[in-house]
Amino acid sequence: MLKKARIALLALAAGAALTAVAATAPSVAATATAAKPAPASQSPATVPAAPVAVPAAAAPNPVPLLAERSPEYKKPGSTADHGKFKELQKTFKTGPDVTKACLACHTEAGHQVQHTKHWTWAVVNPQNKQNLGKKNVINNYCTSPISNEKDCMACHAGYGWTDGQFDFSKEENVDCLICHDSTGTYRKLPGDAGHPVYERREFPPGSGKFVEAADLTKIAQNVGRPSRRNCGSCHFYGAGGDGTKHGDLDSSLNKPGKYLDVHMDAEGLNFNCSTCHATKGHQVAGSRYQMDAALKGGVHTRGKADESPASCQSCHGNKPHKSKLSLLNDHTEKLACQTCHIPEFARDAIGTEMSWDWSTATKTMAPDGKPILVKDSAGRRSYDSKKGNFVWDSYVIPRYTWFNGKMDYKTLGDKIDPSKVVAINTPGGTAGDPDSRIWPMKVHTGKQAYDPVNKTLIVTHTAGEDETSLWHNFDWKKAIGTGMKAANLPWSGEYGFVSTEMWWPITHMVAPKQDALSCEQCHSDNGRLKGITGVYLPGRDHHRILDLIGGTISLLALLGALIHGGLRCCFIGRKGK
Amino acid sequence: MAERIFIFKRFERFWHWSQAVLIISMMITGFEIHGVYKLLGFGQAVSWHTSAAWALLTIWAFAIVWQFTTGEWKQYLPTVKKVDVMIKYYAWDIFSGAPHPFHKSLEHKHNPLQRLAYLAFLAFMSPIVWISGLLYLFYAQWRELGLDRFLSLEDVASFHVVGAFFVLWFLIAHVYLAISGPKEHLRAMITGWEEV
Repeated sequence: MLKKARIALLALAAGAALTAVAATAPSVAATATAAKPAPASQSPATVPAAPVAVPAAAAPNPVPLLAERSPEYKKPGSTADHGKFKELQKTFKTGPDVTKACLACHTEAGHQVQHTKHWTWAVVNPQNKQNLGKKNVINNYCTSPISNEKDCMACHAGYGWTDGQFDFSKEENVDCLICHDSTGTYRKLPGDAGHPVYERREFPPGSGKFVEAADLTKIAQNVGRPSRRNCGSCHFYGAGGDGTKHGDLDSSLNKPGKYLDVHMDAEGLNFNCSTCHATKGHQVAGSRYQMDAALKGGVHTRGKADESPASCQSCHGNKPHKSKLSLLNDHTEKLACQTCHIPEFARDAIGTEMSWDWSTATKTMAPDGKPILVKDSAGRRSYDSKKGNFVWDSYVIPRYTWFNGKMDYKTLGDKIDPSKVVAINTPGGTAGDPDSRIWPMKVHTGKQAYDPVNKTLIVTHTAGEDETSLWHNFDWKKAIGTGMKAANLPWSGEYGFVSTEMWWPITHMVAPKQDALSCEQCHSDNGRLKGITGVYLPGRDHHRILDLIGGTISLLALLGALIHGGLRCCFIGRKGK
Repeated sequence: MAERIFIFKRFERFWHWSQAVLIISMMITGFEIHGVYKLLGFGQAVSWHTSAAWALLTIWAFAIVWQFTTGEWKQYLPTVKKVDVMIKYYAWDIFSGAPHPFHKSLEHKHNPLQRLAYLAFLAFMSPIVWISGLLYLFYAQWRELGLDRFLSLEDVASFHVVGAFFVLWFLIAHVYLAISGPKEHLRAMITGWEEV
């Protein structure tokens, strides 16, 4: 209706001269550049069940159920049936045995994987040469894998990383199956340093639930392209539980509806992770460690540009909104697509962890001295004697900040200022910078152990069944001693707790367009971008003195007219009498 | 006795009233965009404001051609003659019910105060509004055009608001004086005919 009225408005102008107006009226021709999804042959209509590994020492946490392979499951249109390969017609005892068989044909795969972050857990920041990657950074959750490798490496794409001596050159230690299993029966549990379950065992211990030994032959004969469940087996469960870490990644993305993710909608476009995170020689595009916050210049379309093909612009281009009349495309100069199109993250009941306070760990135990676990009303961990206090939330409104894609990390041994909240990472970027955009972020807060004398964050030996592990002995000093020794860092022998925060760019769970932010959610006094400085935001910003003067004169003019009119009535009326 | 003259041509009246509708709607949507109140919602307000701007620009293009081809532009030539009489009338004589001192003719459609006010509107307020408004509208192209080195959005927006306030004051005075004057003046702007 409004559109009609607007056409009528233009027709008003046509009153002057019909033909000329028609020529000058703004065209509303569509300029869509959105690409159609990949043909269905690439992604079978039924989602193949995939492996579900429990990544960290999440003993009392909810464990994802084994996904059953759907009866309608059909293999993708591959030219090879691995079930017919001679190399795979045997009984495999261990993961590395399978990998050797894989490498017999896929001769380059081993060293390809060895050059990825999935294998090295390390990356050098090209801007400032900081050593990053899971191996080198301290995070705001489980803090560091160092001295905890046996548990953490349940999510390493490899076998046998138990300590600092891991041999990164052995190709047979590459784990092909964690990404390529299509049966959903391949599981890696904490404590096994990345090996799958070889013998049926109770997990979590004392739960009465058992995890079956992986049938490696069957799994090897049924390998396929990575599905959402393959990627999700680690990336959905980061930091020890479903949805904990990212906020925009959790197991609801295994089979999401359109509301949750317009691209991954199982009934709709049904994208895989790799539809956007396209790989080349096992290198996965779209790393958080090396991201572009703004894409400039030509359209970074697949096949045309070599960088960041995982971005929104790779398919949608730089001017994605259809209407020429619309000023929406102008926003791409200042905003990331995600800012409007991901109005909230963790848009499900799983939610995401917003805070982890380590300072209360070991403080409260059951009367028998055993650790306790308290859950919140939604069944998410709220207190754990081993880990401290947690705060969870769902449907979270992001924090917004200028971001140029460059994160500055606190790495092991960096000095901190304990009088302030320690930023584990700090997003770079400023308002005037052409490489910066306003980005939505999850800000995870917490408290973690630090060395008050040396003023550094601390590596704690948390996981394990040995004499010094925190979760076994509940003795901070012993656990820190072992952790710092393993990390080869000096420790004064003292420890305290410092407030920390960590910033996570939000980029998944893209909502359907009708759920994107409306204009006035930012263009208003108390809007989403209240805290964003360095940009004039119409509807939010005013020149106060100008408004005051203008408004006052307007009122005086009105008042003057009223008085003038009133006096006229008064005088002429009297004269009439 | 009274003579009837056809003072406002059809195009002139069309121009006046379409301009009135468009300017009032742009004032309403404009001050909403500026965050003064909420009515249509920011997005709708911007959309209507922009559409109305294009419509008004189109009408103006024709109006300018019309003014020059008909020679009517001379109606806006300023004069200080008898401005004092007009001011005295509005400040004093009007209260005693004295007749309006100005008599319309085809050569002089507007009284000396109107001439000044409309010239100010055309030559001073409009350029402020249009220049700042178009710069505002094409903000995304500033970098391409090399304008981002000289302009800030805040200044352009403020300049636009200054123009809007001038137009608002004009509107208040214009409407008040129109309804306070002889009814024939108002009727002339509707029918085109006026008794002089």
